[in-house]
Amino acid sequence: MFKDARDKSIDVASQEMLTVAKKSGIETAWDRFEKQEPRCSFGELGICCRNCNMGPCRIDPFGEGATKGTCGATGDIIVARNLLRSIAAGAAAHSDHARDVALTFKLMTEGKAPSYQVKDQAKLERLMKEYGVSTQAELADAILAEFGKQDGAIQFTRRVPAKRLALWQSLGIDPRGIDREIVEALHRTHMGVDNDYVNIILHGLRTAIADGWGGSMIATELQDVMFGTPSPLRTEANLGVLKADEVNIIVHGHEPLLSEMIIDAAADPELLDLAKKNGAKGINVAGICCTGNEVLSRHGIPAAGNFLQQELAVTTGAVELMAVDVQCVMPALGSLAGCYHTKFISTSPKAKFPGATHVEFKEETALETAKAIIKEAVENYKRRDPSKVYIPNIKSEAMVGFSVEAILGALGGSLSPLLATIKGGSIRGVAAVVGCNNPKVKQDFGHITLVKELIKNNILVLNTGCSGQACAKAGLLLPEATERAGDGVKGVCKALGIPPVLHMGSCVDISRIMVACAAMANALGVDISDLPAAAAAPEWMSEKAVTIGAYAVASGIYVVLGTVPPVLGSPEVTSLLTHGAKGVVGGSFAVEPDPVKAAKLIIDHIEGQRKKLGI
Amino acid sequence: MKEIFVRLDRCMGCRSCEMACAVEHSDSKNLFEAIGQTPRPVKRLYVEQAEGFKVPLVCRHCEDAPCVAVCRTGAMAQDALSCIVDRDLERCVGCWMCAMACPYGVIGHQSGARKAIKCDRCPDLEMPACVSACPTGTLVFADEELFSEILRREAAQKMVSGKRSTA
Repeated sequence: MFKDARDKSIDVASQEMLTVAKKSGIETAWDRFEKQEPRCSFGELGICCRNCNMGPCRIDPFGEGATKGTCGATGDIIVARNLLRSIAAGAAAHSDHARDVALTFKLMTEGKAPSYQVKDQAKLERLMKEYGVSTQAELADAILAEFGKQDGAIQFTRRVPAKRLALWQSLGIDPRGIDREIVEALHRTHMGVDNDYVNIILHGLRTAIADGWGGSMIATELQDVMFGTPSPLRTEANLGVLKADEVNIIVHGHEPLLSEMIIDAAADPELLDLAKKNGAKGINVAGICCTGNEVLSRHGIPAAGNFLQQELAVTTGAVELMAVDVQCVMPALGSLAGCYHTKFISTSPKAKFPGATHVEFKEETALETAKAIIKEAVENYKRRDPSKVYIPNIKSEAMVGFSVEAILGALGGSLSPLLATIKGGSIRGVAAVVGCNNPKVKQDFGHITLVKELIKNNILVLNTGCSGQACAKAGLLLPEATERAGDGVKGVCKALGIPPVLHMGSCVDISRIMVACAAMANALGVDISDLPAAAAAPEWMSEKAVTIGAYAVASGIYVVLGTVPPVLGSPEVTSLLTHGAKGVVGGSFAVEPDPVKAAKLIIDHIEGQRKKLGI
Repeated sequence: MKEIFVRLDRCMGCRSCEMACAVEHSDSKNLFEAIGQTPRPVKRLYVEQAEGFKVPLVCRHCEDAPCVAVCRTGAMAQDALSCIVDRDLERCVGCWMCAMACPYGVIGHQSGARKAIKCDRCPDLEMPACVSACPTGTLVFADEELFSEILRREAAQKMVSGKRSTA
C-alpha cells in the first residue's frame, strides 16, 4: 500500500484501487487536484470578476493594490455576485432535472411514454389534492407551470410553517416561479445591475428556495409517483459489489429516468440468455452518485461508490459499461475508459463527453434504449482483459429507503413518538449530513467522523447523496450501528429496528428532509428555525451544494460547511452569511474543516435550541 | 543594485508572474499570441507551495553562483557589473550540471531542446515582467537597502499598531 493512498481516502477499497491506479499509471482526480496546486487565491477568496470585458478584475485583499474593479465594484459586490451565480447554477441543475421528470410525467399521462407507469397512486392523489386539481393531466400541467410561472406562488413552498412563509413574504424572498428566479439571478449579476450585496444575497436565498421547495421537491415527488416511494430495504455498497463473473453495468449521474429502465431491462430473459452465451453468469447493475442513490433507495440496487470512486470503478477493469446522464460526471472518464474495455455511454443531449459513445435517451422509447445499452454491455463482456481486473473484496451491508413516508411508517404513522423522545431528551436533536466528496478532504473522512460523533452524542442523523453512500460503505446505515450511538439514540433505534443514520435518498431528496423539518415544526407549533436541528456538508464541492446550503439557511437551519466557500474576500458578505443571516432568517452558515469540531458546533447549536424551546 | 525580492506572506498563488514571464520571453510578447507559439514560451520562475504558503521561486543571481561554477562550456556566466547570471544559448550543451547545482531549482529547460533556461531579469525592461505583473506586491524590484527599509517600516508600524507582520 502506498502511504499516500491512505492520505487520500479512508475507504479501504479506494485505497486499494488508488494503489492499482498508481501501479498502472492511471491518473485520477487526486493527481489532477495536486497538479492544480498552488491555486489562485483570488479565486479561492471569490474576489475575481469575469462578468464583463472591461475585466477580468480582481481586488487586492491586502489593500495595497486595486480595491475596486473597473466598474467600481468592491470585493463585497464581486463576492456576492459570484455567490449568486453559483446558487443560480445549482438551482438550475436540480430544477432542470425536475423539469425532465415533469415532462416525462406528462408524456406518461398522455400515453406517449409507455415505459413508465404510476407506481405510487396514493402519492399521486395527495399531490392532486395539494394542487387542487382533479386529473393527472391537470397535475402535470400545473407542475410544469411552476417553472415558467409569472404570477402566484410555487405550490410546495406552502408546505412551510405559516411563520416561515410570513417571514419570506416580509423579506420579499417568496419565490415567483423557478426559472424566473434563476434568470433574474443572471440579470442581477450582469454588469451594472444589482450592486448592493445584501440585496444580491437576498435574491440568492429566493433562488435557492425555488430549488429546495420547488425544483428539487418536484423531482422527488414525481419520481416517487413514477418509480415508487422508497421504503426500508437492505442492500450493499462499495466497489466489492462489482462481480468477477457477471456483466457489470454502472449507472452514474443524477436522473433516474433511464436507470429505472436499465434495471427493468437487466432482468430481461433474452438479455440474460445473451449474457450466458457470452460467458457471464448474469447482469449486475450498480450505481454511483445520485443516479445510484435513486435506484439504491427504491430498489436496493447496490452502490459501487460515491463521487470520488467513479474513476476507481472503471480502474477495476471489470466494468463492461458505464451509462451516464447529467451532473458530477467527470470528463476524465472518457480517456480512462479507453485504457480498459469499458464502454462509456452518454445519454443526455445536455451532457456529452470526449471519448464517450452517445446513445440518446428519449422518454418515448426509454425501455428500448435501456435494452440496447445492456446489449452493448453484454457483448462487451468477452472483451474484458482478466489481467487488468482487480475488484477489491470490500463491501458493506446497508439499510436504505427512509422516505418521510417510510419514517412515519416506522414510527407507527405519526411523528409524535419521535418528538416525544426529542422532548424527553433521549434524542437531543436531528442533523442532516449531506453532500459530495472533494479531494480537499480525505475521501469520506469528513462524513464518517462527523456522523460518528453526532450519533455518539445522541443526535439522529439524516443522510443523502455521496454522504449517504459514505455512511453505507462504513456500515453506519445498519440497525447494528446503533451500538456506536449514545444510549438515547441506541434505545430508540433499537426499539424501532432502524439504523441511527437514515438514508433519505439523492441530493434532490434533501427536499424530503425539508418536508420532515416542516412537519416537526408544525407538530411542535414552532418555526423550522426553532427546531433542535442542524445540517452539515463536510466534503461539499458542487454549485448544487451551495444552493442546498442557501435554501437550508433560508428555511431557518444552521449549516456547517467542511470546505471553505469562495467568499472570504469580503468580510461583509462573510459576516452576513455566518452571523447576520441568523437575525434575518434564523439560519446561518459556519465553516469548520475539522469534523470533530464541526460536530461540537452542531451539538452546541442543538443544545442551545433545546434551551430556547425549554425542553 | 536592484534585485527581485519576495514578500512571502503576500503571494496569492495566482501565477500572474509565471504567465507574464513566459509572455515576456515569447516572440510576440503578447499573451494572446504567445499561447499559440511553437515551441511554447517557457517561464523562468515558479510558484510552489509549502506548508500552506505559496512561494514564488526566482533566480537569486548569487555571487559566485554554483550554476556558473559547474558550467564546463562557459555558457553560464555572471556579468561582472550587473551581477546578472545569464546563459549563452550557443554554448549550452544541456548537461544539466547547472540544474543540479542550483539550490532553488530555478533552472528550467527550453521546450523541445536540450538547452538550459533561466531568469535573465528581462534585459529589455526597466522592471522585470514578473514584478510588474504581481497584483499584491509580493515581488519587489528594489535595491537591497530599500527593501530592508520597507521591511523596517512595516515592522515599526506593526510595533505601534499591533497589526500583523507583512514581511
